Amino acid sequence: MARARDLPLDDDGSARFLPWLVALMVYLAALAIGGGAALHNAVERWNAGLAGALTIELPRGANGAPVAQDRVDAVLGELGRVPGIVHASRLDPAAETRLLAPWLGQDVDISVLPLPVLIDVETRPGVMLDPDTLAQRLAIVAPGTSVESHGSWLARLFRIARLIEFGAATIVLLIGGVAVLTVVFVTRTGLAMHAPVVELVHLIGASDAYVARQFQWHAFRLAFGGGGIGLVMALVSYGALRWTAGQGLLPGEAAVLPVFHLPLLGWLAVLALPPAMGLVGLVTARRTVLGTLGRMP
Amino acid sequence: MVRFENVGMRYGAGPEVLHDIELDLEPGGFFFLTGPSGAGKSTLLKLMYLAERPTRGRVMLFDRDVAGLTRAQLPALRRRIGVVFQEFRLIEHLSALDNVALPLRVAGRDETRVRDHVVDLLNWVGLADHIHARPRELSGGQQQRLAIARAVTRQTSLLIADEPTGNVDDAIALRLLYLFEELNRRGTTVVIATHNQALIERFGHPVLHIENGRLERRPSLRAVQ
Repeated sequence: MARARDLPLDDDGSARFLPWLVALMVYLAALAIGGGAALHNAVERWNAGLAGALTIELPRGANGAPVAQDRVDAVLGELGRVPGIVHASRLDPAAETRLLAPWLGQDVDISVLPLPVLIDVETRPGVMLDPDTLAQRLAIVAPGTSVESHGSWLARLFRIARLIEFGAATIVLLIGGVAVLTVVFVTRTGLAMHAPVVELVHLIGASDAYVARQFQWHAFRLAFGGGGIGLVMALVSYGALRWTAGQGLLPGEAAVLPVFHLPLLGWLAVLALPPAMGLVGLVTARRTVLGTLGRMP
Repeated sequence: MVRFENVGMRYGAGPEVLHDIELDLEPGGFFFLTGPSGAGKSTLLKLMYLAERPTRGRVMLFDRDVAGLTRAQLPALRRRIGVVFQEFRLIEHLSALDNVALPLRVAGRDETRVRDHVVDLLNWVGLADHIHARPRELSGGQQQRLAIARAVTRQTSLLIADEPTGNVDDAIALRLLYLFEELNRRGTTVVIATHNQALIERFGHPVLHIENGRLERRPSLRAVQ
């Protein structure tokens, strides 16, 4: 027969709401971690896709006249002489169609659109070409040619992403702080409610640590259980987000839009939330009880 | 065992309820504590079982000055004292077995041996058929015996009982006193606060009489006779 705990902590009205509060906290923390991880993952994919890549743009002539093939050849020839470039090729119409499909749809005849000629350039890993210098060099053989290195907007994107990740981490820390305060409140209320029994077990010979153990494991069970509920809620939300985000995507969109994907570290962080909350409950309750009783004569 | 030197006690800023108490209880003794209601019996007992500390004077328990004890040192000393509280102070959500087992558990005794010992003890106080009963399911007399079982479960050096026969009929009161005497014969010093003059006369142990906060020690009736 399992032995009853000495203090009737399970009957506390004040503790009854703790699992649900913790569930909500874990749910919000899991969403913050998931959101931050999804964004981090998207930025990494953008960065990986664009690292070592340049895009050369040859604008149409006056009145929208198509770009002459000899201008394209001249640019490609010049690019072939630039050290560090391993590949340069004109984007074919099929590739342009794929690129524009998220905005224009797949059935558009792009040959009727006044599009510039785009040349994809791939550099050797580790080679950083200065886009302005390259543009000046190319403008000699084909005036008006511009070079887009993606670096500046990618840097801005990184800054925003880091800011959002920092915000997510701050939310998780704040949730941890709120969890600590909640457990302190519940524990102090429990101590006040059960003061006669606490006094009795002291008179019988219990140490403060014995009383603290009763509270700490009670807090651990409530916080761990609540964390489990919050985790289940978060997993359901992850599934719903993943399913919703994958609905109606056009080819190419999946590569551009942030896809909900948690890396291994993210999964570990999310799965660690319930035991972490249990641990926060355990340590906080123990310190609260020992601190409160220690101030008594 | 228990020595009080010029002890005075007041609660907060209230009047002094114990004045200049001088007391020396030798180990292995059996004492009755008498006195009218409000005379200070319970306060005196609280000082003995370390629920209170004196506002002046010196209380020595087991040759240790209570004033010098830190909070961390109190549990070990309290485990040498068994207390039967006047209002029993049983824990309502625990069964009879768990209530009696509590002193052993707080002392960290081996759980496998706790149950057998406690069942024996409940059998000894006539509650073998109620080991799973909650205190509210027991009569006043049964609760009193349960409180006594809890107080003696650890075979303490000092047993303090505040009106242990207050809620039981004469037959059970007599049986309880024999029980206390048996513990006393095994070496436990016993202090019992009671109004029951018949029991005091029947057992004839020394009497500590307290009135208006002042204590006097009276010889045992047997010695007088």
